[in-house]
Amino acid sequence: MSAKVVTITSGKGGVGKTTTTANLAVALAQQEQRVVCIDGDIGLRNLDVILGLENRIVYDLVDVIEGRCRLKQAMIRDKRLPELYLIPAAQTRDKSAVSPSDMVRLCDELRNEVDWILVDSPAGIERGFKNALAPADIVLVVTNPEISAVRDADRIVGLIEAEEKGPAKLILNRVNSSLTKRGDMISAEDVLELLAIDLIGIIPEDENVVVASNRGQPVTLSEKAKAGQAFRNIARRLLGEEVPYMNLDEKGGLFDRLSRMIKSGGD
Amino acid sequence: MSNQNQSEIQIKGIREGLLVTVSDGKWEDIQNSLLLQIQEKEKFFKGAKLALEVGIREMHAAELGVLRDRLADRDIGLWAVLSSSPVTEQNAQVLGLATKVSTPKAERKIKTPDNTIPGENAVFINRTVRSGFKVLSHEHIVVMGDVNPGGEIIAGGSIIIWGKCRGLVHAGADGDETAVICALELAPMHLRIANYFATSPKGKGKPQPELAKVVNGQVVAETWKLKAR
Ligand SMILES: Nc1ncnc2c1ncn2[C@@H]1O[C@H](COP(=O)(O)OP(=O)(O)O)[C@@H](O)[C@H]1O
Ligand SMILES: [Mg+2]
Repeated sequence: MSAKVVTITSGKGGVGKTTTTANLAVALAQQEQRVVCIDGDIGLRNLDVILGLENRIVYDLVDVIEGRCRLKQAMIRDKRLPELYLIPAAQTRDKSAVSPSDMVRLCDELRNEVDWILVDSPAGIERGFKNALAPADIVLVVTNPEISAVRDADRIVGLIEAEEKGPAKLILNRVNSSLTKRGDMISAEDVLELLAIDLIGIIPEDENVVVASNRGQPVTLSEKAKAGQAFRNIARRLLGEEVPYMNLDEKGGLFDRLSRMIKSGGD
Repeated sequence: MSNQNQSEIQIKGIREGLLVTVSDGKWEDIQNSLLLQIQEKEKFFKGAKLALEVGIREMHAAELGVLRDRLADRDIGLWAVLSSSPVTEQNAQVLGLATKVSTPKAERKIKTPDNTIPGENAVFINRTVRSGFKVLSHEHIVVMGDVNPGGEIIAGGSIIIWGKCRGLVHAGADGDETAVICALELAPMHLRIANYFATSPKGKGKPQPELAKVVNGQVVAETWKLKAR
């Protein structure tokens, strides 16, 4: 059994890559999967904070790559779940400390130890993005229904295609179910139509996400939050289940239209 | 750019690179306006091999040398000067420049049956051109896919998009005003044919295949109807 490497990326910063990585890791681990997540954001690490593991860091990704510790020593086990591990990013180094082939080698070493390797990509299209993309078997592109985020996602999808790592799958995050929209917002339908890649999940805008992240308790650990439910659904889709999209609002609203659109798309 | 400049200089793609044909007039002015055009389309010219056609004009070796250096500064290689003036030819040869481009006469010897239409060359892109990506060619460009906002298509000839056009499209980029742009849905961020910009953005309504072309110095878009021609 060999693990699948899932890279979570976006182009634009602040759209929810790290939130997605942490919550998918929790959701997969809740399904009895062995999961390790790697923080690829060298110099700006924060996956450890969102997972509430920052106080337990001894070694980091760069220590492993530069041979200062064994791989196992840098894997922090999350005690809340049976098998969830984090390899944190180095705080003090720049991105050039890691190369794409380092990432491939590291992930290959992990493949026999776990079921899923989630790589949190930094923003941008530079070295850190290339590092995160290199080992990927599956690429998830996170975006918000907002013009500049979608434009960046489009670019990233093109780069992923060019690297022959596609087709990427789309996570639409921070979708507001209310029909009131700001000027720079675009409809979920338009996002899907423009990017023209398969959707794997829609995460609603949910204030619990922020509160949970600040406490180091990913929202997926709570039973009730809608965003947590959405992340659990993505995990089940990654495991090959067919899960219907949640109906988050009244009839005829956004999610209703969206699920009809997805159905007519035939998947 | 004034219309006068355009008539002084014609640029077209040939097998060996670019062929620049200049008309009469003060050499200094012509050189300046050529360099200006190059500066405006820097990316387009960069790395090009350039042949210069000067007609009967007599050119000094010094003039040709200066031009060659100016072009070299812009990463453009002047490799040939075509002229019916023996003086110019000789001066070009002194500088080691070719004085003939091998027009594809050899190819013409292969007799095409009368029922084949020779056609023109085009670049075929079988994918969506996403944000941040561009396609550049001196020929026509055919895209089977969408051109998304932030994507760019720049063609010396016409542009055909079998998909939605929402990016930047520039046809006739070498100055050809007869170039056209058509797409299944024409809603570009920027549209330009030769030196003419589309002024009014597209209205709403049901998207339909449209064709944009220059009519009386203005870009107009019309429903794409196939007429016999
Ligand atoms: N679905 C959501 N609802 C509300 N807030 C969210 C949601 N997803 C992310 N956020 C918030 O957005 C901010 C940026 O998220 P983060 O995951 O750090 O983005 P990235 O890693 O892409 O830079 C954080 O404050 C996070 O809590
Ligand atoms: Mg992040």
